[in-house]
Amino acid sequence: MSLKLARADRRAAWMFMAPMLIAMLVVAVWPLARTFYFSFTDAYLDDPTNYSLIGFDNYLEVIGDRTWWIAVRNTLTFTVVSVAIETVLGLGIALLINQAIPGRGLVRAAILVPWAIPVVVATKMWEWMLNDQFGVLNQVLISMGLIDHGIAWTANGSLIMGVVIFIDVWMTTPFMVLLILAGLQMIPGEIMEAAEVDGIPAWKRFWSIVLPLLKPAIGVAVLFRVLDALRMFDLAYVLAASSEQVMTASIYARNRLISFQELGIGSAASTWVFLLVAFVAILIIGVLRLDRAAGEAA
Amino acid sequence: MSLKKLALGASMLLALAAGTARADTVSVFCGATDYDLCVKAADAWKAKTGNEAKINKMPAQLDDAIPLYQQLLAAKSSDVDVLFLDVIWLGMFKNNLLDIKAMVPQAEQDAHFKSTLGAGDINGQLIAMPAYMDVGLMFYRKDLLEKYGMQPPKTWDELATQAKEIQDKERAAGSKDMWGYTWQAKSYEGLTCDAIELIASNGGGTIIADDGKVTIDNPAAAEAIEKAKGWIGTISPEGVLGYDEEASRAVFEAGNSVFHRNWPYVWGTSQGGGGPIVGKVGMMPLPVGKVGEKSSGCLGPMYFGVNKYSAKPELAAEFVRFITGPDMQKMRAIEGAYNPSISALYTDPDVLAKLPFLKDTQPAFADSATRPSGYTGTSYNRVSQAFYRAVHDMLTGDEDVKAGLAKLSARLDKLKESR
Repeated sequence: MSLKLARADRRAAWMFMAPMLIAMLVVAVWPLARTFYFSFTDAYLDDPTNYSLIGFDNYLEVIGDRTWWIAVRNTLTFTVVSVAIETVLGLGIALLINQAIPGRGLVRAAILVPWAIPVVVATKMWEWMLNDQFGVLNQVLISMGLIDHGIAWTANGSLIMGVVIFIDVWMTTPFMVLLILAGLQMIPGEIMEAAEVDGIPAWKRFWSIVLPLLKPAIGVAVLFRVLDALRMFDLAYVLAASSEQVMTASIYARNRLISFQELGIGSAASTWVFLLVAFVAILIIGVLRLDRAAGEAA
Repeated sequence: MSLKKLALGASMLLALAAGTARADTVSVFCGATDYDLCVKAADAWKAKTGNEAKINKMPAQLDDAIPLYQQLLAAKSSDVDVLFLDVIWLGMFKNNLLDIKAMVPQAEQDAHFKSTLGAGDINGQLIAMPAYMDVGLMFYRKDLLEKYGMQPPKTWDELATQAKEIQDKERAAGSKDMWGYTWQAKSYEGLTCDAIELIASNGGGTIIADDGKVTIDNPAAAEAIEKAKGWIGTISPEGVLGYDEEASRAVFEAGNSVFHRNWPYVWGTSQGGGGPIVGKVGMMPLPVGKVGEKSSGCLGPMYFGVNKYSAKPELAAEFVRFITGPDMQKMRAIEGAYNPSISALYTDPDVLAKLPFLKDTQPAFADSATRPSGYTGTSYNRVSQAFYRAVHDMLTGDEDVKAGLAKLSARLDKLKESR
C-alpha cells in the first residue's frame, strides 16, 4: 500500500514538475545545445542552414586569437577588483545599517536605488556625468580648483577600466549589502548578548562570532557576483562598444557572432565563456566550502 | 432631393469607403538622425496616396541596428516592411532583402548614380534603392572666422593653425571651454571614416585598393595619422578619443568648437531649436592633406530595401520608390543638406541655392573615399574593426604609428577575403 502511495506521489511530483521542465528545455537546454552544436560547424549567421562539421577548429581559433586573451584578462581584472571592493563595502554598509539607528527603514530602502536602475540607464547616466565637457563631476573638480580642464574619463585608456569598475561598484554594492544584511539578521541576538555580558571587546566579537557566522551568506553573495561579473556585457558595451580596453569575454563572443557573422566561432567563444564561468564557480564553491557551510548552517 | 442626386451621393460615399478600405500601412525603419525628414516623407506619401507609413526610429549608433535586423530577419518577421540600410550592410543582408527590380521602372533606377545603384544591385537582383549620399563634411563657425579675418581653410594644416589661434584667443577672451576642432575618434565604425578621410586626402589611399591589395602601410598614411595625433590635447579635447557623432556634435552645438567634422544632418540640427550657434555655421567639403590632393569625405550612401518576409511587398516597394524618388531627395537636400543620389538634382536651382558646393561634389564623388566594403564584402566588419582599433591605439599613443601600420597591414592581408 505504502509502496503504491509512494509511486503515486512520485508520479504526481513529475506531473507538477513537467511544465517547469518543459520550459527549461525550451528556453535553456535547447539554445545551449544548439550553441554547443554550432560551435563545431563553420556556419555563418546570414545563412545558418548551410554548414559542415569541422571539429575543434573553432575552439583553437578562439584561443589562438590575441584579442580573446585581452578580453579574458579584462574580464578577470574587472571581476576580481569589483567584487573585492563590493564585498568590503557591502559588509561595512550592512554592519552599519544593521544597527538600530533612527530612520533605518528609509536608509535600507534608499540604498537599494542604484541596484533598481537598469544597467544601460545607469551607465548612460554616468557617461554623461563623466563627460569631459559637460559632466557634473568635472564641473565640481574644476570649481574646487583641482583641475582646469575636464578629464576625459571614458576616453583615456588608463582610466576607462577604473570607470567601469566604479560604475559596477556603485550599481551592485546594494546587492551585496542586502545579502549580507540578511545573513546578519540570522545571527541569534542571544549569542551577541552573552558575549557582551562576558566583556568581549567589539572587534573580537566581530572577528570571532559575526564573521564566521556570516561566512555562508558572504560566500553566496560573492558567488553570485562573481558569476555575474564574469559574463558582464552591458556596462562595458554601452560605455566603450567593442574597444579592446574594456572588452569582456562576452563582448568578444558577441563581436564574432554578430559583427563578424561567424556563427561557428562565436558559438565556440560563448562555450569558452560558459566553461570559464563554470570553472570559476566550481573553484569558489570548493574553496569556500559553500556546499558544506550551507549544510552546517541549515 | 431627386433620386439621381441621392444615388450620386450614395455612390460617392461608397467610393470613399472603398478608398479608406484600400488605404494600408507599411512599417518603416529610419535612422535616428534623419527621423524628422522620414516623418515628413511619410506625411507626403499619405497626402499623395492615402497610405500610411509608420516610422520606427533606429538606435542612435547605426551599427547597433545590425543585431536588431538580424533577429527580425532570422525570425522571418513581417513586423517591419521597409529597412533602412548602410551601404556596408548590403552584403550582410542580401539574402533577406526582396528583389525589387521588377517593381521599380528602369528609368527611375537609371536616375541614380550608377555606382551607387550598383552597390544595391547584387547578382542581378536589386535589393535596395539609394536614398542619399552621406558624406563627411566640415562645419565651422562662420562668425568666428570672420571675427579673426580668416578664410575657410583649404588644407588640414591651415585648419589646425586657424583652430589653434581662434581657440587660444577665444579662451583668453573668456570662453574657457572653447576648442579648435571636434571630430570622432572613438573605437568604432565612425573612426574608420574619419581616418580614411585624413589618409585619402593626404594621398595615402583607402586601406585596401579595389583590386584587393592592402595599401595602408605607406608614409602618406603615417603622416596623416601623426598629424591627427598631434591635434588631440591641443586643438581637440582628449575626449574625442571617446566621441561618436552625437557626443562631438553636442560640443559644437554648445558653441564650444570652431571646426567640426560630421555628416550632413548637423546642418539641420545646428540651425534648428534656437541653439547658441543658429546662423553662425558654415559648411564645406573637407580640407585636403596636401595641395593637389582631393577632398575625401567618407562616402556612405544610404539605402532603403524591402524585407523579404513583408506581408505587403508591393506597397513596401511603392514606399521605397517614393522616399528614394526625386521629390523626397530634393526635400532632404534642401531641409537637411543631404547629398542626393539622383544626378539631375545636382543642377537643380533650388538645391544649389541651398547647397552651392554640390556643383563641385558631383564630379568628386568618383574620387571620394569609399570604405573598402566592395572588395571585402562579408569580411568588411572584420577589416574595419582591425583598422579602427589600430588607429585608435596609434592616436592614444599606445602604439607607434609606423610599426602599427606595418602590423595592421599584415593582419588585413589575412582578414580581407570575402567568403
